[in-house]
Formats: sequence, structure tokens, C-alpha cells
Amino acid sequence: MRRMRWAAVLAGVLALAATAGAAAGSRAAPAGTAAKAAPTPLTIWVGWSARELSVFKQVVAEYDKANPDVTVNVVGSINDNKIVAAIRAGTAPDVVSSFNSYNVGTYCSSGGWINLAPLMKESHISASMFPAATQYYTQYNGVRCALPLLADDYGLYYNKVMFKKAGITSPPKTMSELAADAKKLTVRNANGTIKVAGIDPMIGFYENVPERWVTSFGGKWQDSKGNSILAQDPAWTKWLNWHKSLVDWFGYNNLVRFQAGLGDEFSASNAFEVGKVAMNLDGEWRVAFIQAEHPNLDYGTAPMPVDDAHPELYGSGYINGTIIGIPKNGKHTALAWDLVKYLTTNSHALAELSNGLRNVPTTKASATSPEIKPDVHFATFIKIFTNPKSSTSPITAAGVAYTNQVQQFATKWQAGQVSNLQSGLTQLDKQLNAMVSQAKGPGVP
Amino acid sequence: MSQGTVAGGAFPAAALTVDRRRARRRAAWRRRGLVLLFMSPWLVGFGVFFGYPLVMSAYLSFNHYDLLAPPRWVGWANYHYLFHEDPQVWTAVKNTIWLICVLVPLQVLFAFGLAVMLTRARMGVGVFRTVFYLPALAPPVAATLGFVYILNPVTGPVNVILGHLGIQGPLWFQDPHWSKPSLVGLGLWGVGTVMVIFLAAVLDVPKQLYESAELDGAGGWARMRWVTLPTISPVLLFAVILGVIQGLQYFTQAYVAAGVAAGQASQAADVTAVSLGYPLDSTLFYPVLLYEHGFTDFQMGYASAMAMLLLGVSFCVTLVIIVNSRKWVHYGGAAR
Repeated sequence: MRRMRWAAVLAGVLALAATAGAAAGSRAAPAGTAAKAAPTPLTIWVGWSARELSVFKQVVAEYDKANPDVTVNVVGSINDNKIVAAIRAGTAPDVVSSFNSYNVGTYCSSGGWINLAPLMKESHISASMFPAATQYYTQYNGVRCALPLLADDYGLYYNKVMFKKAGITSPPKTMSELAADAKKLTVRNANGTIKVAGIDPMIGFYENVPERWVTSFGGKWQDSKGNSILAQDPAWTKWLNWHKSLVDWFGYNNLVRFQAGLGDEFSASNAFEVGKVAMNLDGEWRVAFIQAEHPNLDYGTAPMPVDDAHPELYGSGYINGTIIGIPKNGKHTALAWDLVKYLTTNSHALAELSNGLRNVPTTKASATSPEIKPDVHFATFIKIFTNPKSSTSPITAAGVAYTNQVQQFATKWQAGQVSNLQSGLTQLDKQLNAMVSQAKGPGVP
Repeated sequence: MSQGTVAGGAFPAAALTVDRRRARRRAAWRRRGLVLLFMSPWLVGFGVFFGYPLVMSAYLSFNHYDLLAPPRWVGWANYHYLFHEDPQVWTAVKNTIWLICVLVPLQVLFAFGLAVMLTRARMGVGVFRTVFYLPALAPPVAATLGFVYILNPVTGPVNVILGHLGIQGPLWFQDPHWSKPSLVGLGLWGVGTVMVIFLAAVLDVPKQLYESAELDGAGGWARMRWVTLPTISPVLLFAVILGVIQGLQYFTQAYVAAGVAAGQASQAADVTAVSLGYPLDSTLFYPVLLYEHGFTDFQMGYASAMAMLLLGVSFCVTLVIIVNSRKWVHYGGAAR
């Protein structure tokens, strides 16, 4: 009998210990079973600010309400420099989000952002719930330290009134059509300077960067070993030649002078919104900006035109986007993961964010969610996002410097400072390979 | 006994000498301690904000360090990349040399010329001194923003006025041929601090030297060449060294001007590298590239190697100027 009593006491102690251990590893015990514990404060850093930040806060507030064991504090206007500084100082928040994936290589390889794979496995979440491009830009060398939190993709915005005036009935589908339409839509002043540009193709203007244009030519960046192959892939030469011929038609200095008189991209003076350019490569978020700033603008959206020789690419586009992760040395990893999981995989949360920010929801399921407010302009970008041929730029140890190096080359090329394109691209390949080796450090494959 | 007496008399004397020595040593140590105590704020500041970062920077220059993972020793790899493979570093070096060769002489000439003119003004001297000094009080970022606005090729008042005169103004900060001269203009506009130093030096030239020179028949140029310049030559040396070091560290104006002039480019909302050296690398100065590698690319080991090179070059250039200055700097009777 005494032995039985001891066994019961031991069993009780073990059960208590097990319960306490489980509570420490995940959410707290339900209220009412014990004295009500104070909610755990969680902090999340995001890049959004102003109106967009308030949209994000609303979605987080819903999570807060449904989870009384945590209170989430949202901090906006965060960039990668602040994130790295905080991780170094040991003052990083529980969850961090970056507006772009260019530095995923650094975050994953350094362990600055923890590997999410074990947590995903535990929660039975598979990366296959995200489209291929977003799966790619949230990992590095097989280490998944981030998940996509809304995506950006890029298409063509065109002014319907200007199109009608120029006798153009539909948006261009090939690069030849785009160049022809751009010339037709351009209006010059008496002295030859540009009054209205059919399109401003200059690399560096607004969202114009190489990766968003070369996608339309099917350009490849690297071989299977990660070596740069820009000189070997004819798509790059084709794009750069097409691009230069259009810049030359406008006149390089003409375009520089024209741009100097244009308004800021993220303001109501945006060149497309005020009718200074008839067509523009831009991200899906412009739909919300136009709605807020120029609701009467008569415009349309379409996928970017593609290389005449590759009509099968039409409908695809360049994808990148906001990423989210958990910094190392966090105190509330399990609770932080719950929040990350909610924001990145819950269709309702993604639909709410997408409706408010007009960014593309990132899971395959949420892209077709009935909660997404229908919008003919925005629908174009959801189609681009789910197109299997849509792609992104390489994630390397060199981070943003990799694509910036390509951009530096493209800006020199468009200004006529590269005499031989092929040898220039060969040199660029060498520079990119050296840059990645340098960023990894010697001895790292 | 007498020996003992003698010995007994000598012993206290020797002990006294030893005691005095000890007391002197103690006093000396107390003095040193006091000196150290008074110097301690500077010593701590120097150690924490200069000595430690310098040593760490030298150490990190031999490491692969991305700010997040611990540093990893890589030997001379960073220096090899710096001298042999970095595609932008020589462009940055050339731009920096251009800036020093053009801006420093112009700044010295301009500041000296203004100072001489102010010594000769008969009316409103205080007003002119204030007016010419005021730009030096403008924060560099605000001053640069103002210049980029004034020199906007389309909406800026300079080109608007030129347009009214039938002249199409240059593209200024948007043109690789004009961007550095525009920065030089900004540098000359803010030359007030050096001007004030020159003004004090010129006013300090003894009048009797001018009177003697006049009696010898020296004209205006001769007085300037043989009286004013030799007398203020230590200040000239100071201005040249200051200008060269500032040129080697030229960052804020170039970084802000490139960013604002590039304006519309946006690869991602918080990535500023797109405007790096805009336009066409013409404003890519060495410290700008260093900052970019360290704080945008997160390659702090490599950025440290760049910083070590900058330190070495700064030291050598300053040394050359100081050694060379023996030929043209006159300290009069004062010690150097």
C-alpha cells in the first residue's frame, strides 16, 4: 500500500515536470488551469511604414486577439543594416522581416537567422506550398532560414488613353512590339527633347534593373556549379542589344535630362501616374498607389512583353519579395515560430495583407483565396506569380552586390562605355565569380 | 669600538640617503600618477575610440567576417582581392586622387584669396566675414541636398536661368563629366573654416615687414610673394594636410549627392547600392566603396583591409608633405 502511494506521488511529480517542460517549449497552459500568467511580449520588425505599416498592424492585431498568451509589438521602417546590427548586439527582436531576399545568403550561411526546417517539419509544413521561385529565394545552399511574406512581381503598366490616341489597341506582347509602341507613343518637344516617353528603358530608372528585363528574354545567370554564364547565354546579349538600340533611339542624354524632371517614384508625382510615360515596368503594388493617388487614371496591366523568339515566356515575370525569419539567440523561439507560421501560411492573414498592401499572397492556396478582393489590374500579377516560368535572380554569398555588379555593367553599356559587349560580359563573369569566392572566403566551396 | 662608532655614525647617514631616494621615487610616482589621472579621460577615449578599433580593424583585415558569423582567418586573401580582383577599387582610387588634386589646391587658393580680400575691405568687414563663413555652418547633408536641387538639370534655378539666356545648362550631378566639378563647387562654397584660419594668419603678419618691403621698393605681388606667403606658410601647410586628409576621407557629400541624383532608381526599398557612384561610377570615391563593402555587402573583413590601405596611404602622403614642407615652410624664430 505504501509502495502504491509512493508510485502515485512519483507519477504526479513526473507528470508535472513533463507539463512544465512542454509549456516552456511551446505555448503556455490554457488560462484557468492555473493562475493567469502575463502574456509574453513578442516583437516583430518589418520594413513597411506609414499606411502600409498600419495594414500590417491590423493583421497582427487579429493574431494578438486570438492568442491572449502573447502581445505582439510591431516596429516598422526596418532595413537590413538595422537587422544585422541588432543581431550582432544581441538585441534582435523575436521575428524579423526584410523587404528583399538579396541577403538571404548571408543570413542563412552565418546562422544569423535560424534554420526553420526543423520547426516546419514539426508543424508539418512543406515548402512546396509556395511557388518554386519563392522557395528558392528564401533558402541558401539548402538551409531554409526564411519564408516568403508576400511577393512582388513585375509587369507592364500602360496608359489606355495614350494607347487609344496613338491607335494602339492592345498591350505589346513581344519586345519588337514594345519598341515600336514606345516610339509611337513618344512625344518630343520642338528642340528634340522628350516631352512624354513611350517607355523609359534606362537601367536605374524607377524599377528598371537587369534582372527584371532579362527574365523576358529567358536569361540564365549561373551553371549548375554556380559559375556565372552571362557571356555564354545568348539571351543576355540579345537583351542588352535590344535595350541599347531603344536607349539610342531616345538619345542617352535626352533620357537623362527627361528623368531629371520626373517626380519621385513613390509619390503622387510618379511619372506613369501623371502621364509622363505611357508604359512602365513596375511592381504589383503600383495598383494600390494609383488607387490612392490617381483613382481616375485609365490604365491597364499586362505581363511584360517577351523575346520574339520565345513567345512561350509570355505570362511569366520576375518575382522577389518580402521575407521573414527568426534571428538567432531569440528567447521565445516557439512563440516566434507560431507568429511566423501564421503570417506566412494562413490564407486569411495573407489575403488580408494582400488586400491592404496589394502585394501578391505567397502560398499557392492563398493566391486563389476567395477572400482576395477581385481587381482586374491586380489579377495580372497573381497570374504572373503562379506562372511556372516566372523566375528570380540568384541567391549568392555576395548578397545584393551580385546583381548590383550586373547593373553597373548594364548602365555602362547603355551609356556607350562598353566597346565590346562579348568581352565585357566575359570580364563580368570573371568578376562575379571572384566576388562570390571572396564573399564565401577561401576554402569554402 | 671606534670602528663601530664610525660604522654606527655612517649607517644612519646611508639609511637617510636611501630614505630620501625612496621618498623622491614615491613623489615621482605620485606625480606620474597624477599626470596619468589627469590624462585618463583622453587615454580612455583614445584607447576605446581609436586604439582598439585600429587594432581590431588590422586583425579583421586578415579575416573573413560577415558581421554575423565569427571571424575566420584568411591570411592575405582580402588584400589579394583588393589589389587584383575588385573591379571597382581602382575607379574609386582614381576618383579620390582626382578630387584631392583638384579640390585641395582650389580650396586653399579660394580660402586664401577670400581672406586677403577681407583684410582689404574698408566697409562692412564683419558682414562679409559672416557671409563667407556661414556656409561652413551648414550640415554637409543639407548643403548637398541644396546643391543637387539648385543644379537639377530641368527644374534647378541655375539651368532655368541659363535657359532664359538661351543656353542649355549641363546635366550637373547627372553627368559623369560634371558630377565631380559640381562636388568641387560644393566644397568651395563651404570653405569658410579654412578662410577664417587664413584670415587670422594674414592679419597676424607684422606690419613692419610690409613697411620694410615697401621701402625696398616691393610692389603688391612682391609683398605677397616675399612677405605674406612665407609668414603664413605654416598655416598653408596645415590647410594642405587637412585638405588632403579630408579628401582621402571624402564620403558624405558624394554619397548623398549620388543617392539623390540617382533618385528614381530602386532595386529594393532599402538597398542604396544602386546609386553607388552615380552617375557611371563618377562619384565612387574610396571611402564610399569601403562603406558599401562593409555595411551593405556585410564584408567587414574586406572593408577592414581597405581601411588599412587607406590608413597607410594617409600616413605616407602626410609624411611626404611634411618632409617636403621643409623647403617652403618658414617658422621664423618659433620652434616647430
